[in-house]
Amino acid sequence: MAFSRKDLLGMRDLEVHEIETILDTAESLKEINTRSIKKVPTLRGKTVVHLFYEPSTRTRTSFDIAAKRLSADTYSIATTTSSMVKGETFLDTIKNLEAMRPDVFIIRHSASGTPHRVAQRTPASVINAGDGMHEHPSQALLDMLTIREHKGRLEGLTVLIVGDIAHSRVARSNIWGLTKMGARVVLCGPPTLLPPYVEQLPVTVSLQLAPVLPSADVIMVLRLQRERQGQGLLPSLREYAAYYGIDRKKLAHAKPDVLIMHPGPINRGVEISPDVADGPHSVILDQVTNGVAVRMALLYLLVQRDEPTG
Amino acid sequence: MILRGGRILDPQRRVDRIGDVVIRDGHIHAIAWEPEGVSPSGEARVIDVSGKWVVPAWVDMHVHLREPGEEYKETIATGTAAAVAGGFGAVACMPNTHPVNDCAAVTEFILRRAQELGSCRVYPVAAISKGLKGQELSEFGELREAGAVAVSDDGRPVMNAALMRRALEYSRAFDLVVISHAEDEALSRGGHMHEGLVSTRLGLQGIPAAAEAAMIARDVLLAELTGGRLHIAHVSTEASVWILREAKRRGIAVSCETAPHYFTLTDECVEGFDTVFKVNPPLRTRRDVEAVKEGLADGTIDVIATDHAPHSVLEKDTEFPDAANGVIGLESALPLVLSLIREGVGDPLDILAKVTCNPSRILGIPMGSLQPGFPAHVTVIDPDADVVIDPELFLSKARNCPFRGWSVKGRVVMTLVDGQVRYPFDEEA
Ligand SMILES: [Zn+2]
Repeated sequence: MAFSRKDLLGMRDLEVHEIETILDTAESLKEINTRSIKKVPTLRGKTVVHLFYEPSTRTRTSFDIAAKRLSADTYSIATTTSSMVKGETFLDTIKNLEAMRPDVFIIRHSASGTPHRVAQRTPASVINAGDGMHEHPSQALLDMLTIREHKGRLEGLTVLIVGDIAHSRVARSNIWGLTKMGARVVLCGPPTLLPPYVEQLPVTVSLQLAPVLPSADVIMVLRLQRERQGQGLLPSLREYAAYYGIDRKKLAHAKPDVLIMHPGPINRGVEISPDVADGPHSVILDQVTNGVAVRMALLYLLVQRDEPTG
Repeated sequence: MILRGGRILDPQRRVDRIGDVVIRDGHIHAIAWEPEGVSPSGEARVIDVSGKWVVPAWVDMHVHLREPGEEYKETIATGTAAAVAGGFGAVACMPNTHPVNDCAAVTEFILRRAQELGSCRVYPVAAISKGLKGQELSEFGELREAGAVAVSDDGRPVMNAALMRRALEYSRAFDLVVISHAEDEALSRGGHMHEGLVSTRLGLQGIPAAAEAAMIARDVLLAELTGGRLHIAHVSTEASVWILREAKRRGIAVSCETAPHYFTLTDECVEGFDTVFKVNPPLRTRRDVEAVKEGLADGTIDVIATDHAPHSVLEKDTEFPDAANGVIGLESALPLVLSLIREGVGDPLDILAKVTCNPSRILGIPMGSLQPGFPAHVTVIDPDADVVIDPELFLSKARNCPFRGWSVKGRVVMTLVDGQVRYPFDEEA
């Protein structure tokens, strides 16, 4: 199936067949990552620019490895607002970089929608590497690849997402992606960390873990930012851990073959206990490995979109 | 001058008849109804306006002219040119300029500039608090004498309830209406759009409807406590409408306004992250839009004002959370207001009252009537003209119009202020 999209901005606007194409492509590219020389010439001469306006070593490294394994030239502009030229907006920066004719921008930004605004004004491909609380599509895709590898399918599975749903772009992207692929998504968290009108999303919502834990095939544990306490959204991290933290005791009520996932980085002892994070149900390291494959697939599909195949 | 054969609509006197309007020495000299009409005497210029509406010049009681201080966004000259192009013969301009209009010198400056360069009448609204800081009252008496017609900290709420109480009390000595930008900042802080399903989908922090409605409830209670005259700016939520409806039922001295974007657009517009749709209060849901229309229909909402808020690309062409709030409205309001009549929200007189006699009454300004003897502030409208809204043709300096490309009905044929043709500009006066 041809992939004709210029940009990969979110899971919400992807079609089922596109998701399948990405996952299948990622699966086939995984083989490269097991070779002793992990490099193919596919994107030789192509330029990939990383624009990370929010600190993220993990995602940036993952994209960078993916681009280099496909032989693309990569440039990285990591900055925070404080180091920005005064008065120059992110969109000004893009205009300047544009002149260098990159093929792909990989954008991480704290403002929701920024990759979309950039994509509208550049002929280059834009990959959203996480925008505000909006979307993080490559994370959702690597999560889906990981689930598919372990469970053989996505359709019919129950995926429980636990924690700070309100502020999570990972949760949003997974909600769109997983439900499109026929999985059932259950959200669980304290009401102060659930987004407004969450019940109107295609999900089931539970305020307590106990009723929803036993039916889960997959538990995605979200990172809890410590500042949520200071923002008045939680009385304490201790209470959060007691009611929503995933530990061995709670896991005893889950299915024996349940998968434990986490987008990282982990706050051990808050949203997940160390023994669960490192335990037999955990596929957290597989997620990291699959991240490279999914990002290779995205780069490949976006850059190749216009070129004759054969 | 004689405006011949138009449909004369004067909401103040509930007049809706075909006739001729005779304008002499800047005043409405006489109105002659069909079939008699008037016969032109001497050199009087006769303009055939048959098929058109002849109405009192519109009054926009909520605009930001940006002068002094932000002339790159708009000036008194460009803002009032936009006003007359939109059918408005008077605007009330908000005090959040630089410097703030919190003293007689600034009020006088605005009035002097308007006198020299303005196309329409300008009525300054002065600040409730010095520097809009929400701490000390500005000098209402001196401001009133200098020409201010109302007080408001618009752009920001008066968060301190005690200060709002004192403003409502003190304003009574000078018969100034207190205009409230109702927003509880503790609830709205950090928000960039309406809090709802769309904000959840877009991952943008929301501003709950209650941030507005809770503040309106507070202000209404303070108006009841003090007997001060309260006017609520830019009503946008369903809860705001029912609180105001109840307050009026109790006989509290409160009036309110909404803006065309609040009865036309919803938060769905923000999909796509176009910052032109970023405005405060934010665009709400379909249900709120319907409630605002009900409020317009049953008279709960007295006024339609545009909250014309010009911004340059510097403020708008940026990341969504960093973009400034505000839309321009002077040159797109008329067809959108007329659409309320077409939709059956109100008859022409009821809807036109909200842009003519009602704001004039609330501000206590001599506008909004076609009564003979009155200064001739007149707008001639072609209600059936097909128009595509094109902000590139606007006389405003700004282009942050959320209705770009809309196909609408209704066009300004002519705007007269004090009997002078102020729009179109190429007309001989
Ligand atoms: Zn305001």
